[in-house]
Amino acid sequence: MEFFKYTRTFNFMGSSKIAMVLSVVMVLASLALLLTKGLNYGVDFAGGTIVQVKYVGDAPIDTMRAKLKTTSLFHDATITEFGSPDEVIIRLKTSSKSVSNDIGDQAREVLQGTGDFEIRRVDMVGPKVGNELKEKGIMSMVLAIAGILIYVAFRFEWRFAVASVIALVHDVTIALGMISLFSIDVNLDVLAALLTILGYSLNDTIIVFDRIREGITDSKSTVLGEVINESVTKTLSRTTLTSLTTFFVVLTLFMFGGEIIHAFAFTMLVGVVVGTYSSIFVASPVLMLFGFDIKRYRKRLAEKAKLAAEKEKMRAQYEQGTV
Amino acid sequence: MKLNFRVVIFALAIIFGVVFSVPSLLQMKEGAKVNLGLDLQGGLHMLLGVKTEEAVNSKIKSIASSIKHFSEKNDILFEEIGIDDDTVSITLLDEDDIPHIQEFFNEIEGIAIQQNGLKFSIALTPENVILTQKQAIDQAIEVIRNRLDQFGLAEPTVARQGAEKILVQLPGIKSQDDEKRARELISRAAKLDLMAVDEERAARVDKMSDAEAAKYGDLILPDNAHPGIKYLVNEIPILDGSMLTNAQVGFDQNNRPVINFTLNSEGAQIFGDFTGKSVGKRLAIVLDGKVYSAPNINERIGGGSGQISGNYSVAEAQDLAIALRSGAILAPIYVMEKRSVGPSLGADSIEASMMALIGGFVLVIVFMIVYYRRAGIIANIALIANLFIILAVMALFGATLTLPGMAGIVLTVGMAVDANVIISERIRELLYQGVSIHKAIEQGYDNAMRAILDANITTLIAAVVLYAYGTGAIKGFAITISIGILASMLTAILGTHGIYQMLESRIAKDKDVKRWFGIKEAT
Repeated sequence: MEFFKYTRTFNFMGSSKIAMVLSVVMVLASLALLLTKGLNYGVDFAGGTIVQVKYVGDAPIDTMRAKLKTTSLFHDATITEFGSPDEVIIRLKTSSKSVSNDIGDQAREVLQGTGDFEIRRVDMVGPKVGNELKEKGIMSMVLAIAGILIYVAFRFEWRFAVASVIALVHDVTIALGMISLFSIDVNLDVLAALLTILGYSLNDTIIVFDRIREGITDSKSTVLGEVINESVTKTLSRTTLTSLTTFFVVLTLFMFGGEIIHAFAFTMLVGVVVGTYSSIFVASPVLMLFGFDIKRYRKRLAEKAKLAAEKEKMRAQYEQGTV
Repeated sequence: MKLNFRVVIFALAIIFGVVFSVPSLLQMKEGAKVNLGLDLQGGLHMLLGVKTEEAVNSKIKSIASSIKHFSEKNDILFEEIGIDDDTVSITLLDEDDIPHIQEFFNEIEGIAIQQNGLKFSIALTPENVILTQKQAIDQAIEVIRNRLDQFGLAEPTVARQGAEKILVQLPGIKSQDDEKRARELISRAAKLDLMAVDEERAARVDKMSDAEAAKYGDLILPDNAHPGIKYLVNEIPILDGSMLTNAQVGFDQNNRPVINFTLNSEGAQIFGDFTGKSVGKRLAIVLDGKVYSAPNINERIGGGSGQISGNYSVAEAQDLAIALRSGAILAPIYVMEKRSVGPSLGADSIEASMMALIGGFVLVIVFMIVYYRRAGIIANIALIANLFIILAVMALFGATLTLPGMAGIVLTVGMAVDANVIISERIRELLYQGVSIHKAIEQGYDNAMRAILDANITTLIAAVVLYAYGTGAIKGFAITISIGILASMLTAILGTHGIYQMLESRIAKDKDVKRWFGIKEAT
């Protein structure tokens, strides 16, 4: 079976202006969302407590709410359904320091008499740890991008590196925008998903760049736009296939992976779509914007090759004793 | 068909993968297995902090009690001795005693003494404060570890994290009650103090305020069983639990559980001296700030053993004995982070992620066969081998499989197949150009290699950063992704290449590229 048979080159760069506008609008909209609505930090980063309670039968949310309201500790708690009607999550902005008697124990006491229930999960993060996790999270993001930048610059060329990082920032910003739009709780798993998006989107970009690198030295054309079009077209089949398989795998994770993995899968889903788009319509056009000069590059390569050849010749002569 | 080194390595890798993943898959008793993370098997994860300032305070108290003991023993008369703001002050009555007591001070290490006439102020040196704080954390780790080891849970983890945090992980806790019991055991200070009741003023205790009691160098402590009953005791204990050598559950004449404790020789000496001169007075046995009993002293008690009675169940008495044996936690601990997962939730998570893994896996496998025909089958062999190898490596290193780790494996399935897609596309491309099968395969791998390597290495960079900065469950994600990527280089690149080389002559003879690579005959 074949989806794309390479018969003619698609003119991707011709439509790159439209894509550019779309990307800029999406990024600006995401930034606006992040600035106005902001991110919904979960307990991992904001600190606080969540208590997950599962009932036999539907959870009596109203009764629970009424009971919790009467206590000072749970007065400000929010109660929401979690995945199914028999399971709820109680969220609190506070955490407790006591080892032997914590918020989970107290929740169990307060909910006594509301039905047959089991407390399945208590996550409690103190403010200090929350801040540490936040710092580490931002740090890991920055370090990952820096590491990638250095590697790509080393393997390709600085313009490639900058273009791929711009694509990465584009992807992460839009993913964050979607997270904000859908009020997804930002916890450690979302951070992991964002870092995976970094890796994934870069994967895509590098496959395309690798072809461009190849095209720059081997293509008949010396016009950058044409070489890029050619390269993107040649990788289109692979890009589509891999993106589709990954998309479906993440989709199964999203649909069947359970409520706990939901935020992770959602972020990944957005990332796969945006990452695929950006490797074609963001990274490559940015490369064009930088004005990579193929002729000059080839000339430099030729000179390099010539120099190496001469050196080799000299060495050969030297070893033979002719010099 | 010819064997080649790639196929041999691939075969060895598969054998390795299968052999070492079998113990985990079949849940065998022996052999290295993959650990399930707390989020999958249920359990308690806590990050604890230590209130180190209380350790400093407690050290000062014990210095105060040894000074008092020394003075009384050597008939050094003093007007008053008290503690204020982590400083012990003692005012002597007789100038002649100064050299004597100074000699004693010199024996105590790590203290700074200020003398003002007959008044001495004793505080810890700054170095000693830091040392004490460090020791408090070390000691808390040691004590918690001891207690949990005796509690009877499988493989508890107690480790220092960072400079001042303690990580406690208890897998396999069955119920919330068990979890609470474990937490109570961990947090119990188990600070045993033997204190003298201030008989002179004891009668007025109900009307006395804490401040008034402090003026006499006393403390007001409640009774354990009846909080309404109060005792007035001397704030400087006669001796404390650090001189305890053993604590065991026993039974009193009414067959109620009690705890029998034994003191070391120094403790026995002090205890003997005190009881000898305090006949007729009461001795308060104080545990964590509550008076458990206050028996009358009828005679000098030598031998250094005693009993703590209270209204506890056998289980409570056992936990208490464990706590006393493993020593007191000098500085109170508090929770900085806690995550507990019930076993049923863990089981649900395993089920859900297995569903996703199998679903995603089947999807990819079917898709590859439909799209690439036999090339797809070869890629699938690599994919399955990849899963086994991930599991085997994790088992060998005793790595922990967490829920995000499962997600990592699912993701690896998606990404490992990418390498084969890239390779297959390259081979197809070359076949279209009309090159020979041999050349298409070799050159296809050549062309694909650079891109695959670059892509994998950058993903690895992200994974390594995640591992370095991630905590707990996220580390699990980074581990499976990293192992998955490395394994995929072995299976998806080397392995499939070997298979192609082995089958090359057959493919060439077959001349049916559609059956092998899923494309129409190159024309």
